[in-house]
Amino acid sequence: MIIKYTLQRLLMLIPVSLSISVVIFLVVHLLPGDPIDNLMRVGSSPEDRLAMTVKYGLDRTLVEQYLLWIRSILSGDFGEAIVLRRPVSDLIRQNLPYSLTLGALAFAFSSIVGMIAGTISAVAKNPVVEQVVKAFILLGSTVPSFWLALLMILLFSVTLGWFPVSGAKTWTALVLPVLTIGFGGIALVARVTRVALVEIARQDFVTLLHAKGLSRSTILFRHLLPHAFLPVVTILALRIGWILGGAVTVEFVFGRPGLGSLLIRALGQRDYPVVQGCLLMLALAVMLGTLIGDVAQAALDPRVREATT
Amino acid sequence: MSTILKVEGLRVAIGALTPLSSVSFSLEKGETLGLVGESGSGKSLTAMAIMGLLPLIGGRITGGSVVFDGSDLTALPEPAYRKLRGGRIGLIAQNPMTSLDPLKKVGPQIDVVARLHLGLDRSAARDRTVELLGELRIPEPASIYHLYPHQLSGGMKQRIVIAMALAADPDLLIADEPTTALDVTVQAQIIRLLSDLIRDRGLSMVLITHDMSVVAQACDKVVVMYAGTAVEYGTVAAIFDDPRHPYTKALIGCIPRGLAGAQRLKGIEGTVPSVAHYPQGCRFHPRCLRAEAICAAVSPPFIASHDGAAACHFAGAVG
Repeated sequence: MIIKYTLQRLLMLIPVSLSISVVIFLVVHLLPGDPIDNLMRVGSSPEDRLAMTVKYGLDRTLVEQYLLWIRSILSGDFGEAIVLRRPVSDLIRQNLPYSLTLGALAFAFSSIVGMIAGTISAVAKNPVVEQVVKAFILLGSTVPSFWLALLMILLFSVTLGWFPVSGAKTWTALVLPVLTIGFGGIALVARVTRVALVEIARQDFVTLLHAKGLSRSTILFRHLLPHAFLPVVTILALRIGWILGGAVTVEFVFGRPGLGSLLIRALGQRDYPVVQGCLLMLALAVMLGTLIGDVAQAALDPRVREATT
Repeated sequence: MSTILKVEGLRVAIGALTPLSSVSFSLEKGETLGLVGESGSGKSLTAMAIMGLLPLIGGRITGGSVVFDGSDLTALPEPAYRKLRGGRIGLIAQNPMTSLDPLKKVGPQIDVVARLHLGLDRSAARDRTVELLGELRIPEPASIYHLYPHQLSGGMKQRIVIAMALAADPDLLIADEPTTALDVTVQAQIIRLLSDLIRDRGLSMVLITHDMSVVAQACDKVVVMYAGTAVEYGTVAAIFDDPRHPYTKALIGCIPRGLAGAQRLKGIEGTVPSVAHYPQGCRFHPRCLRAEAICAAVSPPFIASHDGAAACHFAGAVG
């Protein structure tokens, strides 16, 4: 049942991706400036410029350009970078692993620590613990990641010298970016976990679990946490895309290679095929995240499973 | 007959409020005791106090005793209390719709009780559950076992909740309004089922209800509660034949009596006072047709008679 549902959802990705590709294409092409500006040497003639424009097909109508682009995408070809003069798929293949590593680690870090913090603040009878976690949650959800990144570099790299300021040569270079991206996530996950747990603990069936003679820890781990997972999974799934998006600025601040760095550089140069390719990858990640969230929801909750399959 | 449960002068506090005081009754083995009253009269609180679950709602016992099978539960440490809950005292909750964990199959939710209290292994507990479901007149128990709560009707769910309460062969059942949330036709089935179980298994039961006709059907004794305190206590026969507290009288007067000589349904004027505003003296006096000056000043003591007691200044005279 779940497999059939997953396949259905995957099929639905096709029309959604197509509509997104139109939006991406339009947004990119409506930006002022064009990639040819970045290619022309000072003093080149209008004729040279025109030749270049024709060479990359930029003289055609937007509709024609879009159809050409989407046709090559469907055959697996992302086109060639105009400024960087390399296949876009190569560029993406080169940079994607860095983003995936960073994203996966930040995701795991924020989910695990966030759920633990949320659980502690929900069940702690100690008001001090509760307030500390609450303050941390507030801080985490309000501090912007690029600012946090700069502070971390200042403290841990410049002053203490524990981690490199930038780059991706050693694994230690991953620590600060992961912490930066993860921090906001911890706060979010902790808050959702906490609210869910407090809410569920009030329900009738929990009284009955106590009446069956189950211990507090059994009730927490076997019954309350699975319920708290439901909203947490939804949030986490949405965050898969968000983390990749958040990685854009963080990669830039830390000077790490990755999809985000590639995107920002390509944007500056108006390198249409690269920008479009990167955006499409990010959009795909967001869609897959939502899909994983929905499937996980159906796997965890029999009521959802029945309603969807 | 030996006494299985004896509650004396029970007093419960939640924060600075005392929503329950001077509740006393005793229950013999094999008997069913009805705890009746309007909502907010402290019936469920009494049940929570007996189950030792008051901390869940931020409450605590501040006076009196709850003696179960010879030992006082008010001083029982939590680990020992856990063995009692589900093991020797089973709870049937008010609303079967929300009483089961919606993410888990119903069968295993019953199994866990026998595994926990009787030390059965997984498959033995499952066999026992299926057998128990059959006993509760559930058709095709083996396939019901694998269903989720949302796939069952209210009456079915209540049977699952009853099975959970019975799974470890308890001595005492506490049924908190077990039929309130159900259809009328199903209500009768569940009450009959409970009565049969009490008889066949030699169980004792505290049956909480606001329905006097359920009391008449299923109970041996009754405690009538009003505004957090017991107002009358006695055998069902005595209470119905000769109610001595005006509130009990009024409650019985509220039972609809068929169409012969049909008239408007009777009610009791006014509402139950909230915990923060319990009146001085007798708590029923603002709604009582018989109230006199003394009722507003002095809270009436329990006046015992041959087979019961009533907390009314005129208990001897009401008739």
